[in-house]
Amino acid sequence: MDTTKDIVVKAEPYVVNFGPAHPSTHGVFRMRMTLDGEVIVDMEPVFGYLHRGIEKLAEERTYTGVIPLTDRLDYLASMTNNLAYVLAVEKLAGISVPERAEYLRVVMAELQRIASHLIAVGSFLQDCGAFMTPLVYMLREREKILDLFEMVCGQRLTYNYMRVGGVSQDIPEEFMPALEKFVKEMPGWIDEYDRLLKENEILLARAKGVGILPKELAINASASGPVLRASGVEWDIRRADPYSIYDRFEFDIPTGSVGDCYDRYRVRVEEMRQSLRILKQAMEQLPEGEVISDVPHLVRPPIGEAYGHIEGPKGELGFYLVSDNSIAPYRFHVRAPTFINLTALRDMMRGWKIADAIIIFGSIDICMGEVDR
Amino acid sequence: MKFERYGIGIAKGLLVTIRHLLRRPITTQYPEQRLNTSRRIRGNELVWDREKCTGCATCAKTCPQGSIEIVTSVKVEENKYRVEKFEVDTGYCIFCGLCVEACPYEALFMGYAYERARYRRGELILAKEDLLESEERKPSGYARPKIAATLPRQTLLLDRDRGKR
Amino acid sequence: MAMAVLPPDWPGGYWTHWVVFTVIIIAFVLLMFMAFVWIERRAMAIMQARLGPNRAGPFGLLQPVADGLKVMLKEDIVPTKGDKLVHWLAPVVAVVPVLMIFAVVPFQGGALLADLNIGILYVVAISSVSVVGIFMAGWASNSKYSLLGAMRSVAAVVSYEIPVVLSIVGVVLLAGSLSMQQIVLAQDIPFILVQPLGFLLFFTGALAEINRAPFDLMEADSEIVAGFHIEYSGMKFALFYLVEYGEALAISAIATTLFLSGWRGPLLPPWLWFLVKVILVFFVIVWIRTTVPRLRIDQLMALAWKFLFPLALINLLITAVEILAWPEVSLWVFVPVNFAVMIVLVLLWSKFFKLGWGKVEV
Repeated sequence: MDTTKDIVVKAEPYVVNFGPAHPSTHGVFRMRMTLDGEVIVDMEPVFGYLHRGIEKLAEERTYTGVIPLTDRLDYLASMTNNLAYVLAVEKLAGISVPERAEYLRVVMAELQRIASHLIAVGSFLQDCGAFMTPLVYMLREREKILDLFEMVCGQRLTYNYMRVGGVSQDIPEEFMPALEKFVKEMPGWIDEYDRLLKENEILLARAKGVGILPKELAINASASGPVLRASGVEWDIRRADPYSIYDRFEFDIPTGSVGDCYDRYRVRVEEMRQSLRILKQAMEQLPEGEVISDVPHLVRPPIGEAYGHIEGPKGELGFYLVSDNSIAPYRFHVRAPTFINLTALRDMMRGWKIADAIIIFGSIDICMGEVDR
Repeated sequence: MKFERYGIGIAKGLLVTIRHLLRRPITTQYPEQRLNTSRRIRGNELVWDREKCTGCATCAKTCPQGSIEIVTSVKVEENKYRVEKFEVDTGYCIFCGLCVEACPYEALFMGYAYERARYRRGELILAKEDLLESEERKPSGYARPKIAATLPRQTLLLDRDRGKR
Repeated sequence: MAMAVLPPDWPGGYWTHWVVFTVIIIAFVLLMFMAFVWIERRAMAIMQARLGPNRAGPFGLLQPVADGLKVMLKEDIVPTKGDKLVHWLAPVVAVVPVLMIFAVVPFQGGALLADLNIGILYVVAISSVSVVGIFMAGWASNSKYSLLGAMRSVAAVVSYEIPVVLSIVGVVLLAGSLSMQQIVLAQDIPFILVQPLGFLLFFTGALAEINRAPFDLMEADSEIVAGFHIEYSGMKFALFYLVEYGEALAISAIATTLFLSGWRGPLLPPWLWFLVKVILVFFVIVWIRTTVPRLRIDQLMALAWKFLFPLALINLLITAVEILAWPEVSLWVFVPVNFAVMIVLVLLWSKFFKLGWGKVEV
């Protein structure tokens, strides 16, 4: 009897809510997934649960008073947020920065990049299932970086260190020996992480070939940062549009080839090594001098607009400022890299299973403070 | 998935984990052992110097949140301001330190202590007497290099973690 | 009637023997469960460069007691739309088989509750009943997440039974009997040396059956938030916790008996050797959990059917050939031969196998 060929067992797709409170969505993020068995057919991201109105709040604070506010955008990488903002204000007001301040800014920004990538890689590996071991090891190294930051500016997470025209205070004398020790030991620790999980077959099985973001789609979706570089596009703002004094340093830009989760993970680890290289060069070249130029306490830029952008750890972080010659910005807009990288998430996820959804989501490294502002 | 590395990758990872058995854990047992914080820590309170303060209210104008409230009256005989009310709402403060940097007379300091939890929100509002410097309310060296030189050194994880037992 | 019900030097009657050993088994399981919880938390913590629990009692030894008290005092929540009888019955069905396995595990020479002459077959049969409890738990919770977790668990356990049983048959061939007592007595050299591939297959399959890393997607904390026991709280949750560690204990005990020559050893008293070996096997399980990420469900199934199952068949074939063709040769000769065979097979299979699907077109 031939009836078995006519019976096609079709399951109905059902909608599952990966709710706002979930152990592995980094922050409050909701995904409404349409599943067919275990395969994801469609995915709709819903966010906005952490919206705090930062762009509106900035219109009521002075230009210097906005700096603590920018700390809290991407709270895992505060130094680079501060840096992008003060670059925008300096562009708007035409203020120049002394040499020593520029070098200190580079040192802080690269240390912050290492710290942010440590958390990104650690939580990616944690989502793959390696029960906190790689995360704890990387947090141990991040503690050392946070100790250095605490030595300089007094806080461990929201630094408020950069000012318009330089940095707020000079480094204490025990900073440089500690930084040298850190830069000397860190490559050994990165090698240990590689020994732990780089060639692990299970990680290769879970992450290789999963969640591929093709090159054209990445460029069309305005992705930036490690997500773009892993797809094969060699675009780094420190090379393409150098800000501050990045054209004086020698470093490579690690690129992936395929654009899957494994490539993003490798790109981040290699970027950590390149940051250590930049740190070494900056430490050797650090000059003496002032750390802040003579800027009035209440900055009053002329009427105009400016866009200052940097290569943050998560992508291109940009601040767009419009000024109307008063002490507060007229319009303050943040170009958040993770918000824009998120738009490609749906196409990365369709066709994979639930377990892969978590891995893909972890590999694009989202911080909800930045997405929702 | 191809089982590409024939199990060697898993074996290397297992070796890394087992070597940690021979290393000293880096945990600090909190109430019994405490680490020295940085000399420039922006701790959870403000310390006010009544003699140096002139009531200019630069700190209140600089504060992004508006947590400092100052009410002054004129002291005609000495031609300076008398500070009637100097209140800091530490529940609203974000401890950014802009007020301390802005003070022209160095009359305001960040606190050095960080264990300042209270049971009631009302107790977080600190008025004139609660802000004076005392034994348990020490000032920190944030933007005040002279005070920073007297505070103890910070303990760094870089010094403690030697990587082996 | 060759089954010896009581050991020859036992004073007293049949029921005294039964009562004494039942008490010993229950005490053993509960105490070792608490010891395992402690070992896992402290050992995993030190391997992660931190201290484990050390506040409840000296070195945190009373931490499992504290956990047990906490769990007993919690409110028992039953979902409104769930099936209440099944919800209540599921932990019971899951726990009882775990305790029953220990009836045939020899703690010392001749010291076990029932010296069945089909010992290992009884163990294999009973351990499969536990998964019914897990499926009942997933169904009765009336939640999509728990149903997903339960179905994954059933699929995994059923698939991994086969390589486990086949590797056990290899040991049985060497020992010549299904009785656990006889298997221990036949191990003049530990069978892990003679059957390295068998041990590897048994261990991998057993890890999948007890839902532990790297196969713990049934209770994956980072995906479906605790899987089949997501709606359980209070004492029922404690029973599922007991199932997890009880099965780990059972696997360690069976692995010790079958592959590591049970209670035999030179200097120490035999029951102490047994404990040491069980704790060693459990330590290896914890070590693997700390290091290795977890597999996806289709990769897990592919590993069982395409990798372990053919290797188990080949292992059985080679063991049978060795025993039949050269019965007088001492087992020491086969040790290097079997190791070489294992390495060649693992390398060969790894090269040619693709496990798991890729992207599905939607």
